[in-house]
Amino acid sequence: MLSVSGLHLWRGDRHVLRGVSFSAGPGQCVLLTGKNGAGKTTLLRAIAGLLDPEEGQVSWRNVPARRSRDAFHAELAYLGHEPPLKGDLSARENLKFSIGIRRAVTREEIDCALRRTGAEPFADLSVRTLSAGQRRRVALAGVLLSGAVLWLLDEPTTNLDADGQQLVATLIDEQVGGGGIVVAAVHHALPLASGRFVDLVLGEA
Amino acid sequence: MNWTWFHRLGSPPHVYGFAERWAPWFGGAAALAIVVALYGGLILAPADYQQKDAFRMVYVHAPSAWLSLMAYSTMAVAAAVGLIWRMKVAHSAAAACAPIGAWFTVAALGTGMLWGKPMWGTYWVWDPRLTSELLLLFLYIGYMGLRAAIEDPQKADKASAVFAIVGVVNVPIIKFSVNWWNSLHQEATVMRMGKPTMNGDMLWPLMLMFLGFTLYFATVVLIRLRAELLRRERSASWVREAVA
Amino acid sequence: MRSGASTVARLVVERDLRLAFRKPSQLLQPLLFFMIVATLFPLTLTPELSRLRDAAPGVLWIGALLSSVLALEFLFRDDAQDGTLEQFALSGQSLTWMLFAKTCTHWLLSGLPLALSAPVAALALGVPATALGSMVASLALGSFALSLLGAISAGLTLGARRGGVLLSLLTLPLSVPVLVFGADATQRAIAGAAIAPPMYMLGAIAVLGVTLAPLAAAAAVRIGLE
Repeated sequence: MLSVSGLHLWRGDRHVLRGVSFSAGPGQCVLLTGKNGAGKTTLLRAIAGLLDPEEGQVSWRNVPARRSRDAFHAELAYLGHEPPLKGDLSARENLKFSIGIRRAVTREEIDCALRRTGAEPFADLSVRTLSAGQRRRVALAGVLLSGAVLWLLDEPTTNLDADGQQLVATLIDEQVGGGGIVVAAVHHALPLASGRFVDLVLGEA
Repeated sequence: MNWTWFHRLGSPPHVYGFAERWAPWFGGAAALAIVVALYGGLILAPADYQQKDAFRMVYVHAPSAWLSLMAYSTMAVAAAVGLIWRMKVAHSAAAACAPIGAWFTVAALGTGMLWGKPMWGTYWVWDPRLTSELLLLFLYIGYMGLRAAIEDPQKADKASAVFAIVGVVNVPIIKFSVNWWNSLHQEATVMRMGKPTMNGDMLWPLMLMFLGFTLYFATVVLIRLRAELLRRERSASWVREAVA
Repeated sequence: MRSGASTVARLVVERDLRLAFRKPSQLLQPLLFFMIVATLFPLTLTPELSRLRDAAPGVLWIGALLSSVLALEFLFRDDAQDGTLEQFALSGQSLTWMLFAKTCTHWLLSGLPLALSAPVAALALGVPATALGSMVASLALGSFALSLLGAISAGLTLGARRGGVLLSLLTLPLSVPVLVFGADATQRAIAGAAIAPPMYMLGAIAVLGVTLAPLAAAAAVRIGLE
C-alpha cells in the first residue's frame, strides 16, 4: 500500500537520501535505523509530503502521494521529534482540535485514549506545565485517536521511561495487528512482537 | 507535439552550453545597437522645440523603465515555470534576472531625476510613473532580500518564486492605484513626465535603444545564468568537464 | 466521518480565539502602537486641528499599516514554533481554507479593534465627527485586505532569518493600493464627499484578496515548512 521508489533528496548541498526504495503492506512494520544524520527524519518527512524529493516517488494505494495529498494525509498520522501541542491549551483541548479537524470525535473517545497512554492524570493541565515525557504520552494518544492506517513515527520512545517504551511497542503491535502500517525511526531496539518488522538501515551507501 | 526542446531546457549542461555560445553574439549585437542608437539620438536627432536638449534623456530613461518591467515579468515567468514544472534551471534564471532588473529600475529613477532638474527645477517629482518605478524597486529588493534570508537554496528558490508571482499580479494593481492617487491632486498633472511628441528622426534611435537594451538584458542574464549554474551544480561531473 | 469545512473553520476560529484570550497582552501591543503613532504626529507637525485635519488620512492609514505589520508577527509565529502549523498541513483538510479561517480570526483580533478604536485618534487629529462612521468602515475593510496580504508575506518569511524586517519590506509595496484607496476614502469623508468610488476599489481588492491570497499563503506555508 505504501511504496517508496528511488527517492533522492538534497538539503542544501548534502545528498541526504540516495535512491531509497522500499514498500510496506498492511500488517507490516518498517524500522528505520542508522547513525545520526543518516536521513531517518528526512525520509519520514519526505514520505509524509512535508519535503519535496528531487527524484523518486512515494505512492499510497498505487496513486502518487503528491497527487492525492489530502486523501493520503487523512489516512496518515505523523509524529515528529517534538510533539505538536499548544502550550497554552490543555491536553484535552489540544486533542479536541487536532483530531476534530480530521474527524468527529467524542469526549469519551478522547478520555479513553488518554487513559490508554497514561496521560489522563494531567489531561486538563496546561501543556506548558508538562514534562517532555508527559507531552509525548499526550501526543501518542493523538496518534491513537487519529484512526490512521499509516503511522510515521520519528523516535517515538524519546523521553519515555521503561513503561512508556513498552507502551509504544504495544501500540505499534496493535496497529500492525489490526492491518495498519507503521514506519518508525528508532535508535534503540523496541520490544516488539518478533517476526513482524523489517529493518531498513540508512546511511552512507 | 515534440516536447524534447522543453525538456532540454531543464537540463543544466544543455542550457550552460547554449548560454556560453550565444552570450557573445547577444552582447555584440547589443553594443552595436546601443552605439548606433546613441549616435542617432544624441547627435543626429534635432533638439526638441520645448525641452531643447534635455529631452535626450528619454533615450536612456524610457528603455530602462521598460526593461525594468520586462525583467520583472521574465523573472516571474521563470519562477512560475520553476514552481510548476519543478525545473531548477528556471529558478536559476529567475535569480539571474533580479539584479539586472533592479539596476534598470535604478537607472530609470536616476535618469528620471536628472531629467526632472532641467524640466521643473527639482530632482524628484511624484510623477505616477516614477513613483511606480520606485515601488518596483522595493519589490526587487524584497525579492533579493527574501532569497538572501533563507538558508536552504531549494526553499529560497520556491519562496522567492511565490513572491515574484504575487508581485507580478500586483504590479498592474499598484500602477492603477498610483495613477488614481496622482489624478486626485490637480496640480500634479502639470508635472507629468511626458515623452515629447516625436517625429521620425527622434523615434528610430529610441526604438533601436529599446532593442539594444533588450539584447543587453539577454546578455547579462545569460552570463549570470552560466555562473549560477556552475555554482549550483559544482559537484556534478559535467561541470568538471566544462571548466577543464 | 471526515470533518466538513464548516467544522474545520469553526474549530480553527475557536482555537485561535481561546489562545488569544489566554495571552491578551499580544493583542494590545499593535493597538497601543497605533495610538502612540497617532499621538506623536501632532507633536512633530502642529497643534492646530485645522491643519492636522489635512494630514489625518495619512497619519491614520500609515499608523494602521504599521500596526498591522506588527500584528502579523503573531499570525503564524507561535504555531510554526511549536509544530502545530505542520499539523494543519498534515490534517488532510484544505490548508488554504484553514489559513483563511486563521487570517479572519487574526483580523477580528487586530484589524477590527483598530478600526473601532480609531475614532479616538481621529478626533485628536481634527477629523469631524460626521466623517467617523465612513472612516471606521474604510479602516475595517482596508485592514481586512492588509491581513489577507500579510498572511502571504508571513508565510514566506517563516524560514527566514531576521524575518520581522523582511516581513515589512515584503508587505509594504503590496499594500500601496489599500493605502491609496483607504486614505482617499477617509479624505473624502472629511470633505463630506461621496466615499463610494474608493470604497468600491477597497472592496474589489478585498474580494481579490479573499480568492487569491489564502492560496498563495498556503503555498508559502508549505514551502516554509520544508
